[in-house]
Amino acid sequence: MDRLDIPDAQWTRVSPKYVWPELIGYLVTGLIVAAATAPLWLLGQWWTYAITAVVVVVTIVVAALTPRRVRAIGYQLREDDLLLRKGILFLRVVAVPYGRMQLIDINRGPVVRALGLSDLKFVTAAAASAVTIPGVPADDAERLRDRLVELAESRRAGL
Amino acid sequence: MSDSRTEADGGGARPAPPEVAALTDGEWHRLHPATPLLKGGIALVAVLVILFNNAREYVVELFVPGGRRGDEGDPFGYVVEQGWLGWLLLAAFAVIAVFVGGAWLSWTMNTFRVGDDVVEVRSGIVFRTNRRARLDRIQGINIQRPLLARVFGAAKLEVNQAGQDANVNLAYLRSASADDLRREILRRAGGAQQQHAPVAAEGATADGTAGTTAASALDGPPTPGRPDARAPHRPGFGGLVEQRANEFLAPELDPDEAPPQSVVELSPGRLIGSTVLSGYTLFLVAVVVAIAISVITTGEWFLLFVLLPAVLGSGGFYVNRITKSLRYTIAGTRDGVRIGYGLFSTSNETLPPGRIHSVKVSQPLLWRPFGWWDVKINRASRSSTKGAAGQENTTILPVGDEEDVRRVLELVLPELVGVAAVGVAAEEARAGSTAPAVAPETVASETAPTPVPDAAAHAPVPGAAVHASTPHDSATDAAAPPAVRDAVEATTEHTLSLVEGGLRSSGTDGGFTVSPRRAAVLRWFSWRRNGFRSAPGALLLRKGAIWRQLVIVPLPRVQSVGLVQGPLRRRLRLATVHLHTVQGPIVAEIGALDQDDALGFFTTASREAVVAARADRTHRWSEETP
Repeated sequence: MDRLDIPDAQWTRVSPKYVWPELIGYLVTGLIVAAATAPLWLLGQWWTYAITAVVVVVTIVVAALTPRRVRAIGYQLREDDLLLRKGILFLRVVAVPYGRMQLIDINRGPVVRALGLSDLKFVTAAAASAVTIPGVPADDAERLRDRLVELAESRRAGL
Repeated sequence: MSDSRTEADGGGARPAPPEVAALTDGEWHRLHPATPLLKGGIALVAVLVILFNNAREYVVELFVPGGRRGDEGDPFGYVVEQGWLGWLLLAAFAVIAVFVGGAWLSWTMNTFRVGDDVVEVRSGIVFRTNRRARLDRIQGINIQRPLLARVFGAAKLEVNQAGQDANVNLAYLRSASADDLRREILRRAGGAQQQHAPVAAEGATADGTAGTTAASALDGPPTPGRPDARAPHRPGFGGLVEQRANEFLAPELDPDEAPPQSVVELSPGRLIGSTVLSGYTLFLVAVVVAIAISVITTGEWFLLFVLLPAVLGSGGFYVNRITKSLRYTIAGTRDGVRIGYGLFSTSNETLPPGRIHSVKVSQPLLWRPFGWWDVKINRASRSSTKGAAGQENTTILPVGDEEDVRRVLELVLPELVGVAAVGVAAEEARAGSTAPAVAPETVASETAPTPVPDAAAHAPVPGAAVHASTPHDSATDAAAPPAVRDAVEATTEHTLSLVEGGLRSSGTDGGFTVSPRRAAVLRWFSWRRNGFRSAPGALLLRKGAIWRQLVIVPLPRVQSVGLVQGPLRRRLRLATVHLHTVQGPIVAEIGALDQDDALGFFTTASREAVVAARADRTHRWSEETP
C-alpha cells in the first residue's frame, strides 16, 4: 500500500535521543494507571487482574513503537513555509507559512534537558495549527528559532 | 492632519461636524455625561425600589394609621421598633453618596483619545488601566444603542481587536458623534491619504431610483440627509426632545455614510417562519409530545404542571430572537461591510475588508422546503455583545434565500465575486461550451483602460485581485460605460452560478472535486456532494447532503494547512484536509477525499495561501498600492 507522503520532501529528522523522553513519559503514565487499577485486586475477581494486564500490555506496545514514531517525526524548511510530519498510524502533515507565525517557544522538560534537547513550539492565530517540533538538539533549536523568526519577520503578514 | 480635516472636506461639502473634529484631535476626552447613570445607575435605582418596597407598609401607615399587620420576622419592622430609623436613613444616604461620588469620579477618570495610529483609553480610580489599540489592527467597530441609552441619546462604541478581551470600549458617547467617530477611526485605520469625498453625492448618483426611494422611505424628509444632529438646532427643552425623538426614529444605517439601502430585505414573515422552524422547535415539540404521552399513559397530571410553564416560557425565547433580528440591514461601505439589527436595542457593526476569516452558508433541514440559508463567519475578535437573534455575533445573515446569500457574499468576499466569473468562464471554455462563457473575459479586457476600480478584480491573477476591488459595484455601475456594466452583470450571473454550484449541486458540477465512490462508507448520503474547489482568492468546501453547507475560506486568511489520515482512512485510501483559521463557529475541514486529491489540495492550498498572504494589503485597505 502506498503511503501518503509529500512528493520530493527532504525531511529533517529529530534527534534519535528523543526516544528516551517519550519512552519515560509512556512508562511513567502506564505505571501510574496500572497502580491505580491495583486496589481493584482486593475485590478478588479475575477481571480486575485482566484490567491491569491490559494496561501493562498497551503500555509495552506503545513503548515498543516509540522509536518508529520518533523516526516518523520530520520537518522541512521550505521556501515559504514550514512543513511538519508526525505519526505512523495517525499521519498528520501541517504546512505553516512563515509569515503566519505569531511566536515561537522553546520548551525544555527535565528529561529533554538532561539529553541536551529542546522542544520548539509554534503558535499562529489559529488554535488548530498547534505545531511542535520535539527533540531538537539545544544549539540547533536556538539557531532554528532565530532563523524562523528572521523568516517570519521578512514575510510578515497580518492576521 | 487634524487641522486640514476640519476645513477641507472635498468639493464644498459640509464641514466635518465640530464635535467629531474635537474628538479626534489627539487630546484626551471624556465620555457622555450620562455614562454613570447608564452603566450602574439603573442598579442603584433598582436597589432603592426594593428598599422602598420593603418599607412600603410603614410608609402607608404614616398616612393611614392602623392598617399594618403585625409581623415579627420583618427586619425593617425590627429596625423601626429599636428606634434606629434615623441611623438607617443616614447609612443609606452615605452609601448612595459614595456610589454617586464613585460613579462621578470614575467618569472623570475615564478618558479616551484618538490619534493617527492608535486609539487609547484610560480608566479606573484605584487600579488605573491604559489600553492602546493600533488602528491598522482593528477587526471591526461596533456601535450599540441599548434601549435606555437611546433614550439619553447615547451609544456605546466598541473597537474590536483580535484576541480574547482585547476590545476597546467607549461607553457611552453621544449617539450622533459615535457614527462620525467610527467613520473617522476607520478612515485613519484604512490609511487613506486624504479625506474621503462625501458619499451623499455618490449614493445619489449610484442608482438613482432605488437609492433615493429607499432613502426617502427610510428618512421621512425627501432629501436624504442626516435627520438628527444636522437638523436646525432649536434651542430649549422642546428642541432637545425633538432631537431625541428624531434620533430614536432615525434609520440604523447612517444615510450619510453608506448607500442607505440594505442589500437584503428581511421580511418579518420570513424571520418568524425561520425562527419557528429552528431546531429548538423540534425539541419543544418533542417535549410536548412526551408530556402528552406521559399524561395519557400514566393518568398522572403532575408532569404537566412541572413542564408546562417551561414550555410556555419559551415563547419569550422566540419573541426575543425575533425582536433582536428585526430591522436587519447589511450594506457595503467604503470601509467594509456594515451590519445592523435590533428593534429596541440596536447594534450596528462595520467589518473592514479582510477581517472575515471564513464564511459558512448552511441550511437547517427544516428550512429546505423554503430554500432558506444562513450565513456565518469566523472572525479574530470576540465581541462582548450578542449578535442578531441573540447568537454569537458571527451570524451575518440570519435567514435569506439564495439571492440574498449571493448579495451578502458579494459584500463580504468581493475578491471572490470579481474573479470567480473568470474562473468559471475558463472552466466552461475548457469544457467546450462557448458563447456565454467567454463574454465577461473579453469585455473586461476590451475595456481595461477605463479607470474602473473593479478592473483589477477581473485580472486572472489570484493575488492581485485580493484587495483592490471595492464593494461599490453599484457606484461604478452607473459611472462606467455600458460595456463595463454588461461585464459586471455577466460577472454577477456567473457568481450566481458559482453560488448555486456550491449550495445545491452535487457531483463535479461547479468545478468541485468530490469524494470517490468508496467514501460512501464514511459519507453515506453526501459522498457525491462532499468536495472542494479552489477559486482564485478563496477555497470552497462543499459538504452535507441533508444539512447542506458551503464553507468559503479567503486564501489570505488561511493560517496553516493540515493533512490528516487515520488507520481506517488509510485502508480506504482517503484523507482529510484542514484549513486552519482563527477560532469561530466554522471548522474548515473536508474529509473522505481521495488521498491523491487531498494531497493535491493540500499542496495547492498551502502554496496559494502564501502567495495570497503576501499580496494581501487589507490591513490598510484604503491605501494606494505601491
